[in-house]
Amino acid sequence: MSGHSQSASGSAVNLTRWINRTVIYGLLVFFAIVYLMPLFVMVVTSFKTMDEIQSGNMLALPQSPTIEPWLKAWGEVCVGLTCAGIKGYFWNSIKMVVPAVVISTVMGALNGYVLTKWRFPGHTLVFGLMLFACFIPFQSVLLPMATILGNLGRFGNSLEDTIGTSLGFGNPTENLVIVHVIYGLGFTTLFFRNFYEAFPSELVKAAQVDGAGFFQIFRRIMLPNSLPIIVVTVIYQFTNIWNDFLFASAYAGTGDAMPMTVALNNIVNTSTGVVEYNVNMASAMIAALPTLLVYIVAGRYFVRGLMAGAVKG
Amino acid sequence: MAFLQISSLRKRYGSLEILKGIDIELDEGGFLVLVGPSGCGKSTLLNTIAGLEAITQGDILVDGNSIADLHPSKRDIAMVFQSYALYPNMTVAGNISFGMEMRGVPLAERKQAIEKVAKVLQIGHLLDRKPGQLSGGQRQRVAMGRALVRDPKLFLFDEPLSNLDAKLRVDMRIEIKRLHQTTGKTIVYVTHDQIEAMTLATKIAVMKDGLVQQFGTPFEIYNNPANMFVADFMGSPAMNLLTGAIEQANDGLHVTLERPSGNPVRLAIPARLQGLEAYAGRQVVFGIRPEALTDPEGADRNAVAVVENECLIEVVEPAGSDTFAVIKLGGKEVVARLRADARINAGQNVRLAFNLDKAVFFDPQSQARIA
Ligand SMILES: Nc1ncnc2c1ncn2[C@@H]1O[C@H](COP(=O)(O)OP(=O)(O)OP(=O)(O)O)[C@@H](O)[C@H]1O
Ligand SMILES: [Mg+2]
Repeated sequence: MSGHSQSASGSAVNLTRWINRTVIYGLLVFFAIVYLMPLFVMVVTSFKTMDEIQSGNMLALPQSPTIEPWLKAWGEVCVGLTCAGIKGYFWNSIKMVVPAVVISTVMGALNGYVLTKWRFPGHTLVFGLMLFACFIPFQSVLLPMATILGNLGRFGNSLEDTIGTSLGFGNPTENLVIVHVIYGLGFTTLFFRNFYEAFPSELVKAAQVDGAGFFQIFRRIMLPNSLPIIVVTVIYQFTNIWNDFLFASAYAGTGDAMPMTVALNNIVNTSTGVVEYNVNMASAMIAALPTLLVYIVAGRYFVRGLMAGAVKG
Repeated sequence: MAFLQISSLRKRYGSLEILKGIDIELDEGGFLVLVGPSGCGKSTLLNTIAGLEAITQGDILVDGNSIADLHPSKRDIAMVFQSYALYPNMTVAGNISFGMEMRGVPLAERKQAIEKVAKVLQIGHLLDRKPGQLSGGQRQRVAMGRALVRDPKLFLFDEPLSNLDAKLRVDMRIEIKRLHQTTGKTIVYVTHDQIEAMTLATKIAVMKDGLVQQFGTPFEIYNNPANMFVADFMGSPAMNLLTGAIEQANDGLHVTLERPSGNPVRLAIPARLQGLEAYAGRQVVFGIRPEALTDPEGADRNAVAVVENECLIEVVEPAGSDTFAVIKLGGKEVVARLRADARINAGQNVRLAFNLDKAVFFDPQSQARIA
């Protein structure tokens, strides 16, 4: 008797669970499709010929796939008046993003290290102010920053006159690196400070007793144990800086130093002849690839349990 | 001049005072053991000696020179942390040799030193592992290795054996004693283990609430506790502390201990003990260690003042090497320590010998030693 009622309620439980599952997975699949649809359109379009795009369905797979649009985007497409592809701008972006990410990450790590393990009177105030930097909107710093960069440019010119080299001051790429480092510092400091707050102080003390100095502890103890937060910071900074359009267009919007994002905009806005959707899509895909790559490569190093064994229980 | 001299040391965290004036002197080659209840400031004291915590007041001298303002790396100390503090990114060998590396010891020398210390600590097979792949006891031994591999002026150990199993703990204890005897290094050592404290120390400092309650040799601490706290804290099982009344009679001073049966135990106080006259007619705390309360056959033959008395045994606890018996006396449960083969049963009346040579008396209010 009791066994019978148990199995009946058991199957009812199974049924509700089955319904729940179906609803959950149904929703997940639906949103995945909605989310991936534009990407799908971009990818298929970038492999189609212009004829096929003009005649066919947007969602259809390419009839005769071709990499011609990709080659054209990389090497021949016109950006504004120069028609040498986006490859130059791609490298511009790399030259800007790599130093900016490296410098802002290292400086954030150093800040976090000092703010947690080498506390000084007023450290909370300093951290509070740095945190404040995270909430300043991009737009509000555009003009003041332009003034500063202008001054830096003049400083570079006078350097050029006196010691024969400007040390890169006034160079648009270097300007963008400076802007992104300063703007990113608030975030990278926040990330590292919170990570190091939970980092066992005994390790620093033990290293001090072992005779290690400030930078030795940073390099040999802190950094090697910070992989998870380094990965987070690098992904965050890389994506933000690579995708930035506002600073890029404001401080390097014209000329040879133009980063990828601005160049892409200019390609799409070029009004000569027909709009080559396939080339545009291929350019956009190329512009998106590095961030994708960073996610895939860096994401693999999201390792847990890195601190295992440092301290008791 | 003492080798390690700590004078009126105070440590404050904001308004919270953790160390309230510590004075300790230790000769070169001495082995100082710090004991005390959890939170009394033992680790804090060790950290101030290491320079990891700034001191609020007072001074620390090593070899006659103040080290209070020196950076930890300049103090020439090696330390075992209570929490081990192993570098998770380095192998065991890397952990052990990091200090030498920082001090510029050549690679070949480092290798030799690692091998030597690994052999002593039985961790030779673990040298290539990371701390995360070790058990608690293994980590603790690596933490020991990191200190032992160096040749500092002063060793600081914060409960270095607390996580080891009983047998390994005994081995390591003997190893530390051997190390101390052969190298003659000065050591400051924190422990909760009574046996470690008694066997290793040349001096013991019993701490409570940031104050040193008593500082002396293990013998002094054990036999002449300065107050009830020290008497109760050192020794396992702890000293029996019972309430008694001092009486002046024709045949001298007596202490009377009440019993539930109504027939109080009356013990003549040996002439050796001075200063109790003033307490005649008042209550005192009578302290006697379990081994001074034993069966007549097991009593100390050299003792002068031994008094026998019939007592009702309430509980018998055979512990292998000894038999412990619990009796009711002076309003407390009192533990007596008998020979292992003493044939007694609960509920029996048995003659017990009180060795008054070892008895101590405390003031119940101030808790200080009277005699
Ligand atoms: N940074 C700090 N700020 C405030 N109080 C602290 C700080 N570090 C330690 N204390 C306090 O100081 C007291 C002594 O701590 P300490 O670690 O020296 O105790 P201990 O004697 O080593 O105890 P245990 O035997 O449990 O290791 C504790 O009450 C602790 O809460
Ligand atoms: Mg402690």
